[in-house]
Amino acid sequence: MSDRDADRRLLERLRAGDKSACAECIEQHSPAVYRLALRLTGDEAEAEDVVQETFLNAFRAIESFVGRSSLSTRLYRIAANAALMRARHAQPLMVSVDDPDQLDEDKPLPRALFDWCCLPERDFETAETRAELERAIRELPEKLKAVFVLRELEGLSTEATAEALDVSVEVVKTRLHRARLWLRERLSPYFTERALAREEG
Amino acid sequence: MNREECQHLLDGLSAYLDGEASAELCAEIERHLAGCADCRVMVDTLRKTVLLYRELPRPDFPAEARRRLYKALHLEEFFPLKH
Repeated sequence: MSDRDADRRLLERLRAGDKSACAECIEQHSPAVYRLALRLTGDEAEAEDVVQETFLNAFRAIESFVGRSSLSTRLYRIAANAALMRARHAQPLMVSVDDPDQLDEDKPLPRALFDWCCLPERDFETAETRAELERAIRELPEKLKAVFVLRELEGLSTEATAEALDVSVEVVKTRLHRARLWLRERLSPYFTERALAREEG
Repeated sequence: MNREECQHLLDGLSAYLDGEASAELCAEIERHLAGCADCRVMVDTLRKTVLLYRELPRPDFPAEARRRLYKALHLEEFFPLKH
């Protein structure tokens, strides 16, 4: 049975009010929904609330789940909206995820141009480096973050990411590119400092 | 460093790194890289940034949070479904 068929069968059982289907749906999808919620809210308790809200809303609205979207895409969509609503309440001045992309009016060239790739591989594998990478994700501009998480960290296709976030494929590509450039710029001083310390030491 | 040319290269860089750039764009980027040390650094560090993110461990959904999810949805009888 293909994933698509399995998805359709599960959806049929969910529509029929089969509770074991709800449990199966949670087993299959809750870890990924939690990871998305955690990355978007930056807080474990908030992420847990978002996961609960996501499945509650999904099961309540199961009748309206028609069309081509997969179950996971719909769950991601509900979770992303719920997480972003919370982030906006916390920081009301943040831009909307649906705003036109205007982050690069003057398109500055990258400033950090030290080649820190020369660092030995073990320097990239430390807990400290991982913590710095996580911090940088948390600081990503809100409108870039959801695309980055789904596309780069969860490995969704460009099309599935676009569908989950209700934006065009072009917007996904642009935001992913900007997120990568932003993160490179954000991390370069950190790695450059380490590379220079190694040269001196 | 030719600002306009570098900026043009920058726009196509994700497609290039993902293997989605046209043959024409690839050739253009590689030609530019051969003569621009700054952009070579840019490409190398951007590629490394992407690799580092893809290797990050995935956070677990805590078992306690999962249990509370089942409870909130009145599905306790199914917890744990597996294990």
